[in-house]
Amino acid sequence: MPILHHLWIILALPLAGSAVNGLLGKRWSQPAVNSVAVGSVTLALLSVFELVREFSQLSPDQLPFVGNYFTWMVAGPFRVDFALQVDQLTVVMLLVVSFVGWLIHIYSTGYMAHEGGYYRFFSYLNLFMFFMLTLVMAANLIVMFVGWEGVGLCSYLLIGFWFLKKSAADAGKKAFITTRIGDYGFTVGVLLTFATFGSIDFGTIFKSVASNPISETTLTAISILLFTGAVGKSAQLPLYVWLPDAMEGPTPVSALIHAATMVTAGVYMVARMNPLFSRAPMAMLVVAIVGAITAFYSATIGLLQTDIKRVLAYSTVSQLGYMFLACGVGSYSAGIFHLMTHAFFKALLFLAAGSVIHAVGGEQDMMKMGGLRQKIPITYWTMLIATLAIAGIPGFAGFFSKDEILEAAGAGPRANFLLWLLGIVGAGLTSFYMFRLIFLTFFGTPRYDQQRVHVHESPRNMTIPLTILAFCSIFGGWFAAPHLVGGTDYFQRFLAPVFSMYAPQPITPQAASLAGNPESGMAHNPALELAHAILSWPVGVAIAGFLLAWWMYIRNPDAPKRLATRVSGLYSLVFHKYYVDEIYSALIVRPLLWISTNVFWHAIDEGLIDGVVNGSARAARAAGGRARELQSGNTRSYASWVLVGVLGFTVLLLALYLRGAQ
Amino acid sequence: MSVVPISYYLVLSGVLFGLGVIAFVYKRNIITIFMSIELMLNAVNLAFVTFARAHDQLDGLVFVFFVIVVAAAEAAVGLAIVIMLSQNRQSLSIERINHLKL
Repeated sequence: MPILHHLWIILALPLAGSAVNGLLGKRWSQPAVNSVAVGSVTLALLSVFELVREFSQLSPDQLPFVGNYFTWMVAGPFRVDFALQVDQLTVVMLLVVSFVGWLIHIYSTGYMAHEGGYYRFFSYLNLFMFFMLTLVMAANLIVMFVGWEGVGLCSYLLIGFWFLKKSAADAGKKAFITTRIGDYGFTVGVLLTFATFGSIDFGTIFKSVASNPISETTLTAISILLFTGAVGKSAQLPLYVWLPDAMEGPTPVSALIHAATMVTAGVYMVARMNPLFSRAPMAMLVVAIVGAITAFYSATIGLLQTDIKRVLAYSTVSQLGYMFLACGVGSYSAGIFHLMTHAFFKALLFLAAGSVIHAVGGEQDMMKMGGLRQKIPITYWTMLIATLAIAGIPGFAGFFSKDEILEAAGAGPRANFLLWLLGIVGAGLTSFYMFRLIFLTFFGTPRYDQQRVHVHESPRNMTIPLTILAFCSIFGGWFAAPHLVGGTDYFQRFLAPVFSMYAPQPITPQAASLAGNPESGMAHNPALELAHAILSWPVGVAIAGFLLAWWMYIRNPDAPKRLATRVSGLYSLVFHKYYVDEIYSALIVRPLLWISTNVFWHAIDEGLIDGVVNGSARAARAAGGRARELQSGNTRSYASWVLVGVLGFTVLLLALYLRGAQ
Repeated sequence: MSVVPISYYLVLSGVLFGLGVIAFVYKRNIITIFMSIELMLNAVNLAFVTFARAHDQLDGLVFVFFVIVVAAAEAAVGLAIVIMLSQNRQSLSIERINHLKL
């Protein structure tokens, strides 16, 4: 079993690719940079496949499989090993990250072909893969934190990739600083974990929490602190503001980092720490509430955005909310399942949006698109498939995962009607804004300058990843499909050991798969269940959203304007994103800036610190100025000083002599 | 034979030295300053001789010879410098001679 005993190889490959491109790539041609970047990720993907093959031969009692490579640091009882682990959850994340990452690397070779800093882009992208894989393979909180911060760094670098553009540089800073607020909570959570359990190792923590009675207050505090980190990283209320601005980065970056992988790190972390969360009902409720409100709230903002990438950004925030809702109601596997399907269809949506932007010459405003259906058919069809998937149309990936989440929220062990309602309404809004995007972009009359813009389909290295992801967006959900049509539920069964091993009450795979759907235990009637699934609320609201979008944007194109004038107050409130950026600016950014400018800069730095430094310099200079006058060149003054010195010495000698004489 | 007390010589030496110092500081003519240096040297010589005599030792006398030799050498070099200065500056005033200033 070569790879399983050398897990570090999977990390080393993209890191080596990043180092080679970053250090040497500047002088290389594009094909050379491509082959290093794509080659290293391809090798990593193949290693992951080999790992999965070897993993499937392990017996359940060998899991999680931990590879301990070296002791990183030891300080008294605090000991950190560089340890990686593999279990079912890691395998799912590894497959998603490396596969989507691989496709996006290929796509980028086409999308970035005309950009400067080509080698730099791929160096960052490979570095991101390294940190993301570290994050999902970590066997303790500190190594996970390394990956966690590392992906944040790469996110910053890639958002600000076009760093000469002020808005891009600002967006990078905003992303970094906003997530830092969450990471503060995460760090405190890690420290509290160590203080409570005496270890930061996942295995030790989970065993300890399962066998020792630990006060619920402590567990709630740890869980909420860790969740704070997830709120920042996964762009939940109230720290979601950085993600829409992150769209300043190149589109493949938005697809990889800000849709498919990095922003889902928070969900992964909550799922990974499930033994702690499951024992803290308060924290679970917080997770579910934040998730549900975010899912609904950002969907409403998505309704009125006109920038194609910003619609997708708010949609990402909303879908991440669903994942947290799933975790919060205890259905971790549904959250991870949605994470996976979302990685497929949202990466596809972003890549297709990138293809659209590429086709119309860099325009991102949907109001300046329209009628692109026949001109870029591959983009159109793949994007339509992704839209059907995210809207939750039966048969597509998003349907299965979203339905599972909403069933868990509505009928699971921690069901809550209000959360379910928010989820359902959010699902309807999702369907509406996604079809609005499709209709504005691909249907209607062209609103771009047809003389100037030459619309063309993207090259093959962009369309092939689109096609593969479209395939995944259809079939990626079928892992769990049997659950809804009365068969075995592969995905939940596969993940069940991770979520039941240290669960408060042992959950059998059977019970876990039934938890989301109580009826299926009573009547095993596939036809009835199919009907139940298809006629369930999520599908209803999805179709309603589609019809409304069709009515407003195809049938009566002037309806949106009339509606906007009729409820102009609400319209401008939502259009301006509830003025949250303005409120944050007024309440936090500007006061901080004022304090920093006036207190820390002008008063403390310039006044106190500079005052002390400059003051001592000025004193030395003044003393020097005085002393300088001694050396006048006037011989007589020299003689006088010699005389003064002699007299002084004489007095001193006399004094000493007299004292000695006494 | 009445012995003149040692303090008389020392006081005379001190007074001569003091006059030399005062002259050195207050006089402007460089030749006068030169003379005041000689005065101070000889005041010290007087003290040396006095102590040598009082303690019946030759050391002080040897020192006096040294001082006279050095004074002669100094006078030779010093006067040469004074001549050069007076030729270059057309003046013997100490105020005009501030070459020592860097």
